[in-house]
Amino acid sequence: MSDCHSCSGCAVATAPIPARPAVRPHVVAIIGPPNSGKSTLFNRLTGLRQKVANFPGVTVEQRIGRAKMNNHREVILVDLPGVYSLNPRSEDEQVTRDVLTGQMQDVPKPDAVLLILDSTNLGRHLVLAAPILSLKLPTLVILNMADDLSSRGGQIDTGELASQLGAPVALISASKGDGVEKVFQFMVGTSAGTTSLTPPKLELPILQDVPRCRQWAREVGIGAAYQAPTPPLWTRRLDAVFLHPVFGPLIFLAVVAGVFQTIFRGAKPLMDGLQSLVQMSGHWIGSVLPTGIFRSLLVEGVWNGVGSVIVFLPQILLLFLFIGILEDSGYLARAALIADRTMAKFGLQGKSFIPLLSAYACAVPAIMATRTIESKRDRLATILIAPFMTCSARLPIYFLIIAAFIKERPFLGPFLGTQAAALLGLYALGFLAAIVTARLLKSSVLKSERTPFMLEMPPYRMPTLRSLVLRMYDRSKVFLHRAGTVILVCAVVLWVLAHLPLQNGQPPNISDSYAGMIGHAVEPVIKPLGFNWKIGIGLISSIAARETIVATFGTIYGMEGTSDSVGLQKALQNELTPGGAFALLVFFAFAMQCMSTIAVVRRETGGWKWPAVQFAYMTVVAYVCAMVANVAVRSGLFT
Amino acid sequence: MVGYNDCETSLWLSLGELDVLNDSADTDSTMQLSVNRQANWRNAPAAPQTLAQLKEGESGTLDRLDVPEDVARRLMELGFLPGHTVVPARSAPGGEPRVYRVDGSEVALRRETASRLILRAPSKKPCQAIEP
Repeated sequence: MSDCHSCSGCAVATAPIPARPAVRPHVVAIIGPPNSGKSTLFNRLTGLRQKVANFPGVTVEQRIGRAKMNNHREVILVDLPGVYSLNPRSEDEQVTRDVLTGQMQDVPKPDAVLLILDSTNLGRHLVLAAPILSLKLPTLVILNMADDLSSRGGQIDTGELASQLGAPVALISASKGDGVEKVFQFMVGTSAGTTSLTPPKLELPILQDVPRCRQWAREVGIGAAYQAPTPPLWTRRLDAVFLHPVFGPLIFLAVVAGVFQTIFRGAKPLMDGLQSLVQMSGHWIGSVLPTGIFRSLLVEGVWNGVGSVIVFLPQILLLFLFIGILEDSGYLARAALIADRTMAKFGLQGKSFIPLLSAYACAVPAIMATRTIESKRDRLATILIAPFMTCSARLPIYFLIIAAFIKERPFLGPFLGTQAAALLGLYALGFLAAIVTARLLKSSVLKSERTPFMLEMPPYRMPTLRSLVLRMYDRSKVFLHRAGTVILVCAVVLWVLAHLPLQNGQPPNISDSYAGMIGHAVEPVIKPLGFNWKIGIGLISSIAARETIVATFGTIYGMEGTSDSVGLQKALQNELTPGGAFALLVFFAFAMQCMSTIAVVRRETGGWKWPAVQFAYMTVVAYVCAMVANVAVRSGLFT
Repeated sequence: MVGYNDCETSLWLSLGELDVLNDSADTDSTMQLSVNRQANWRNAPAAPQTLAQLKEGESGTLDRLDVPEDVARRLMELGFLPGHTVVPARSAPGGEPRVYRVDGSEVALRRETASRLILRAPSKKPCQAIEP
């Protein structure tokens, strides 16, 4: 069924390549099935010289990096989505095919391909080699996880495999770095144009459907004396524990509780350190600069505003460290398995699970990740509920309010304190809102058949320090970038609004400033939630991005002389009743205060209809629930 | 012919029980399944006919996939190809989804999907002769 596609692919691939200018960099694409260690290799080759972007016109994420070779030349590496085949059925596969055949706009056609396969599961992974090799690009077939293969008694004759495939073969371990020099050698060779194509010994299947490709892969494997390794013993042993009918769910809960407890406890020293650093540098700037409008802008606007957000970096990094460990070790797939039955009850399918998990980091990439969901209705439902998941932008205000209003006491013995339990409760609240909304959507406007759940369980692996550090580095870049752009701009605008109009040449009292006027104007609306006009200013500024509210508080209360986070906590204790504090948490759990999310939903759904519905729905839910929370606390329901 | 009618009825019922959660799309697969005459349905215990009926640790050979084409392709890419041996492993608490060992990897499926993956009947079954 795909013969015409592969033919057109070949036609494009074999067309004479026009002479290109000598300055054009050498482009190498990395492709491989999911769980083949593609990202590990990409990280190994590029290190920190990488960036994440989208392929133009589509929302499939592309990572581009540069690899320095020992001849001092650089190669541009393009990381393609993980695919099992090149049948242009899902968007990922379409993008992969378009890039490889040079039909993707603004992405240069790769000069060479690194095809990475899991050597411990070669029979199945070689299936992808058939469509890739028939593109006739210089290709290095990389057999990853060489260490696993040999330790579990598997074998392969790489020389014979190379002649079977008509392509060089490298047996490597991307996580340990063994054999990676062969990959560099290949790239040096292709960039110098010395690599020649040899026809494969075993002809590639003409009709590239799955059974034929699998049969071909079997023959290639036999030809190369491939001996599959014994099953991963440790994975079986660990699964006996993690998927145990009783201990499995208990461990699941313990892991989640442990993560939250550590985020609160473990990040504290780091956070305190960062806080005093911000404070000291603020004081220092204040002392060297002459008194005046510029010093006030820099210290009160920029330093207090942005600084009050930056102090939350350690906690966010710690969260991503844990997510990284869970994902890289393979536990996340088991967690998805344990959670699936609950998800199914709410009409969600398994494929929604991964985007929803990544929405814990940020809803924007999560909404992009829904592209893998084939069912349009399921995809829309997932997009609409994703912003309910507790993204990291909510953490600064959560941390601030919880630290200010909830006394740390043991909650579940020594394992879980009240503060961590409160944070866990907020995560649960967001999740609950998401699944209830999903249920509503799936039983009304987005009703559809259930689509099947298929999830590969990767073997358990030890996460590498390298990949964990890279993840945290990536995350801090994103976080600091936001702090330096959106939040900085908001802080400056707010500072201006809080200092105008001038009264007798002097900045007014904040209550009489433009910011104060706006706050007073919205006060009647938010009064039922227990918020005063200062909180109102924060709420309005947080429509740009959720973290901005903390920056706003930093600026407002900074003008009143309290700047650091402990001071902020004190200021909020004066500003909010316990009911108002609880209402603020609930409001932030539900409201859709994020420009980037609104923009990405508009792009993904192709219009303003769904983002408008979503924004209205989430705001109404947030408002009503916050009011209920405020009233409930005030009337002593929780005492 | 009476026998086949009986055969169809009993399969209908068992499928109905398996797929209580599932709604509209089932009619198709039920109809397709009803022509699957390989099973020794009269003599209990019956040989497992679908992947969902296999017990943990038992092995079965896939015969065909009664699912829409795009689902079938994805399943085949994950290793569920006709002729391949599948062994059910652990499941999530509550019995589903279950992990299946197939073609060198482990893949989790819900029962509703597993019940549409038809197994090849073990040899020496009375209905075997009818198969072309």
